[in-house]
Amino acid sequence: MNDLDPKDELVTHLPALRAFALSLTRNGATADDMMQDTVLKAWTNLDKFQAGTNMRAWLFTILRNNFYSSRRKLNREVADVDSAFSDKLSVKPEHDGRLQMRDFKQAFEQLPDEQREALILVGANGFSYEEAGETCGVATGTMKSRVNRARTKLTELLKLDEDEALEMTDTATMAVVATPGMPS
Amino acid sequence: MTSRSDAKKAKIAEYIDENLKKVFSELESDEMPDQIVDLLSVLRAQDEELKQKK
Repeated sequence: MNDLDPKDELVTHLPALRAFALSLTRNGATADDMMQDTVLKAWTNLDKFQAGTNMRAWLFTILRNNFYSSRRKLNREVADVDSAFSDKLSVKPEHDGRLQMRDFKQAFEQLPDEQREALILVGANGFSYEEAGETCGVATGTMKSRVNRARTKLTELLKLDEDEALEMTDTATMAVVATPGMPS
Repeated sequence: MTSRSDAKKAKIAEYIDENLKKVFSELESDEMPDQIVDLLSVLRAQDEELKQKK
């Protein structure tokens, strides 16, 4: 049971909310605007939040609704991307010369919005398919297929289906990335 | 054959999720933008004001 005051709890989710906003919008200024609207809406409607349920999912739902409704209002289907997402990447040592985190982020950025958000919710945030489906307003099965399609697309883009690539990634890049303070 | 292919698929999915977590965690560690910090201060001050009026 969470004993935090809901407003204090809300503040603890803000770093994740911003990360979600950046991964969804791929634009720093837009992400911050979306986040500002979301915080304001959530704070003033906190009485509508059901205690005991997933506040992070609730906040993500508000943010993504803001994002899509703002896109519809502007009649803009193509996102104004400023690489805020991929530029955030710190350069990793180039040990295998093939698959770097930058490649991963750039491939991730190429996914359609719905697949990107599906992977962020399920893969990065550990949401169940059901929770992710509720957040995005789609059925659990739809969410599963979005995640599967996103993984398949990333597998193609990063050529992960070739044994060698994944082996090299496992033994080189992942080891280096996972070792804090490892010299480049 | 199916189990080998399933194992490989699972390994790829795990690799993707691990990278996603790293990317997401890196984004989470960014400093909070001033406009959000300022907004929180305003909201907290408004709450305090309302409390005192009651």
